[in-house]
Amino acid sequence: MSIDAQSIDLKDRFADFFYKNLETLKDGLPEHINEHREKAIQSFQKQGIPNKKVEAYKYTDLNPAFEQKYRTYLRPKSIDFDLNDIFHCDVPALDTHVVLLLNGWYYEAKTPQKKLPNGVIITSLREAANEYPDLVKKHYNQYADPEKESLTALNTAFAQDGVFIYVPRGKTLDKPVQVINLLMDEEDGMSQHRNLFIMEENSHSQVVVCDHTLSQRNFLTNSVTEVYAGQNAQMDFVRIQNEHNGSTQLSNFYLNQERDSRVMANTISLHGGLIRNNYNLRLNGENCENSTMGLYLTDRGQHIDSYVHMDHAYPHCRSNQLFKGVLDDYATGAFNGRILVRQDAQKTEAYQANNNILLTDDAKMNSKPQLEIYADDVKCSHGGTSGQLNGDAMFYLRSRGIPLKEAQLLLMYAFAHEVIGEINITPLQDRIHELVEKRLRGELSRCNYCQMHCGDAGKN
Amino acid sequence: MAKEKDQDKILQKYTQNEYKYGWVTDVESDTLPKGLNEDIIRAISKKKNEPQFLLDFRLKAFRHWQQMKMPDWAHLQIPEIDYQDMVYYSAPRQKAGPKNMDDVDPELKKTFDRLGIPIDEQKRLAGVAVDAVMDSSSVKTTFKEKLAELGIIFCSFSEAVQNHPDLVKEYMGSVVPYTDNYFAALNSAVFSDGSFCYIPKGVKTPMELSTYFRINAANTGQFERTLIVAEDDSYVSYLEGCTAPIRDENQLHAAIVEIVAKDNAHVKYSTVQNWYPGNKDGKGGIYNFVTKRGKAQGNNSKISWTQVETGSAITWKYPSVILMGDNSVGEFYSVAVTNNHQQADTGTKMIHIGKNTKSTIISKGISAGYSNNSYRGLVKITKNAENARNFSQCDSMLMGDQCGAHTFPYIETENMSSIVEHEATTSKIGEDQIFYCNQRGIDEEDAIGLIVNGYAKEVLNKLPMEFAVEAQTLLQISLEGSVG
Repeated sequence: MSIDAQSIDLKDRFADFFYKNLETLKDGLPEHINEHREKAIQSFQKQGIPNKKVEAYKYTDLNPAFEQKYRTYLRPKSIDFDLNDIFHCDVPALDTHVVLLLNGWYYEAKTPQKKLPNGVIITSLREAANEYPDLVKKHYNQYADPEKESLTALNTAFAQDGVFIYVPRGKTLDKPVQVINLLMDEEDGMSQHRNLFIMEENSHSQVVVCDHTLSQRNFLTNSVTEVYAGQNAQMDFVRIQNEHNGSTQLSNFYLNQERDSRVMANTISLHGGLIRNNYNLRLNGENCENSTMGLYLTDRGQHIDSYVHMDHAYPHCRSNQLFKGVLDDYATGAFNGRILVRQDAQKTEAYQANNNILLTDDAKMNSKPQLEIYADDVKCSHGGTSGQLNGDAMFYLRSRGIPLKEAQLLLMYAFAHEVIGEINITPLQDRIHELVEKRLRGELSRCNYCQMHCGDAGKN
Repeated sequence: MAKEKDQDKILQKYTQNEYKYGWVTDVESDTLPKGLNEDIIRAISKKKNEPQFLLDFRLKAFRHWQQMKMPDWAHLQIPEIDYQDMVYYSAPRQKAGPKNMDDVDPELKKTFDRLGIPIDEQKRLAGVAVDAVMDSSSVKTTFKEKLAELGIIFCSFSEAVQNHPDLVKEYMGSVVPYTDNYFAALNSAVFSDGSFCYIPKGVKTPMELSTYFRINAANTGQFERTLIVAEDDSYVSYLEGCTAPIRDENQLHAAIVEIVAKDNAHVKYSTVQNWYPGNKDGKGGIYNFVTKRGKAQGNNSKISWTQVETGSAITWKYPSVILMGDNSVGEFYSVAVTNNHQQADTGTKMIHIGKNTKSTIISKGISAGYSNNSYRGLVKITKNAENARNFSQCDSMLMGDQCGAHTFPYIETENMSSIVEHEATTSKIGEDQIFYCNQRGIDEEDAIGLIVNGYAKEVLNKLPMEFAVEAQTLLQISLEGSVG
């Protein structure tokens, strides 16, 4: 069941593969998941794999990544391993509900599904779709938009599994849920998992997602995460991307916020070959608050592209976007953020900033912060900078006897802190501080117990 | 409530404001039939008695244009344009070479008088040399002799083609090639006239050079071409002003402006654009799709664009600077006002290629009524542009809850030694500022005029005196009572 890389047209290749295996894809999943597939693949065929001619992908061509030959598993491949041998999350003092996704499949053997006494459900999407059909049906594919985003369309057509989290009305998650995406295979692989997080009104939750590669093969992940935050819900979302240079990570994050809700999302990208993070955020009620932040540290031939679409549909909402990056070697980066303030969204406060530091003449950064505003009584601003470390600050440090290298590190560390400081899970914040410091020092930012050498793999 | 009523009243008063420059001059025109094909292009070329190279250039451009599709990426709603339903050449008829003002068609003179163009004696007092372009072909060029003494060539494009073909051949299309974009190709194929300006080495123009454009005959597209060449160590300040009469059908204006600045040359190009914006329901108005670009090719050269855009139903243009020479400087100062159903997608491109190049972008957008006003700009620092510096500031002001203000900057940096800064804000006109003025006995309307002029001051200050006054009045007229 592999996709033939020789076919001329990529999108037709995927469509062929889809129709040939439609029955397998549908197998074991109820109609309310499967009914979206065919429409999605048609939409995908219409849009194709995004290339630089698509405005939202002006600085990222995904075709080369998709042209590689990957194996796609339509049924979970059973890999027997002792999780503790190969992977050990080493964030000290971080007590979480761990959920494992192996190559996009919920790994039940090690992390059985949970139904907590207060009604919180943490399970696989597959399981949830069958066991809680009403709940899933109400939210599945309601926030993602396969018509507008071809990667989402592709995912909707192929998605078979993922993580499902449900926090009922008024309940609090006692400790964060930690979703670990592991990629491990003897062959190059593609996975398209789909997560659905439903946080009902007045709930309180924290979710951490970590991406890791555990073998030296090339991987392509095209994931969709849909999050529903009900009225007055509070949610913290932290994502750490730490894959090797041979991986392609395409993540589509769709968030729907209801009235008075508050969501903080932070993404720390330490490593990865090609990363594209799409955030589609909709403030669907009054008095919502959203903060979406990202920090990316890239070197060598890495490429990272962050795309944010912030949709202010109702009045009295506040949003803040902050994306910061350090680009070393011949790394390239792109930022494309858009704040859309609809006509009724009066009294909106929306901010957006993208700051970049280029460490070499070969690094490139393309930034496209955008405002689209149709309401008059608003306060919106954005800013973008691109440059080097502050000369005055550098002089100050040097004049006090701090060596150049150390001064640079200090300043970069301070630069990164603005994003890391916003992470609300303290043990994790401390750990990320440490990882970032290591990363900036040029040491591998892998976790201590990890056998992988992310930075060395897939040099290209 | 009372305040809302007041606002309605003011709004009404404004919308009833008739377009100040709206009328049609009854001048006999020498017009080619509607439509666009190679025959029309050959006819235009023949009428203008053009050399072969220009005809070839036109035909090449036309053939290229036929392969192209009209771009649709702008944040604009453009009704479909039927390029075959347009007249591509219309020249006011006149006796061969008017020797003095008396020979000029009196109707035409009256038009200029109403426009307030100082074309007769007053002009000399105003110190402005005007090359007035009325529907494509130049009518009268003044002060030419005085400029000629200094070696400055300032004439209509067709005259330049006849008298200085070498210069035209060398520079035309060197900044905006006919392959550049859809409208540049169209213009290159059918351009009828325009202005040509050549400043020799070391010469500083003693006065502001100025052109006025008017679109007059019905259904005529205006396709003019301006070419400014500034040799080493020269300086020129060039003004362009536009007004156009009321027409129900939309008229297309696709011009090209090319500027070449050599070592230490400084070119300052100022525009006040006040073409007919359509009526309050969005009917009629000019489509202003212009390609303006300067090439700062010499070391230490400087090109600066200043624009005040209040007219046109749709404005779609990005006056740009290619900073090729080391230490070259590019500037862009813009005030764009949209009201009623006007749309604008305007901004600039600063392409840094030389070392130590600098660019500044100050853009002030004001949207009122049902209009949409977008800033779109590119700042590109290429790898070799060491120590390049850019500062961009784009502010938008919204008046009324039916309009939109948008900012789409593109920032591309490819080296570590450059610094690029962009900031943009969007806000409502300050209620507390209006209140402050009201308290001191300044009524709402005057207060708005005061605030808007203050808001746009940074840009207005960059205009030459002759234009600054007109521009200030224009802003006030455009926005009177449009607060919502």
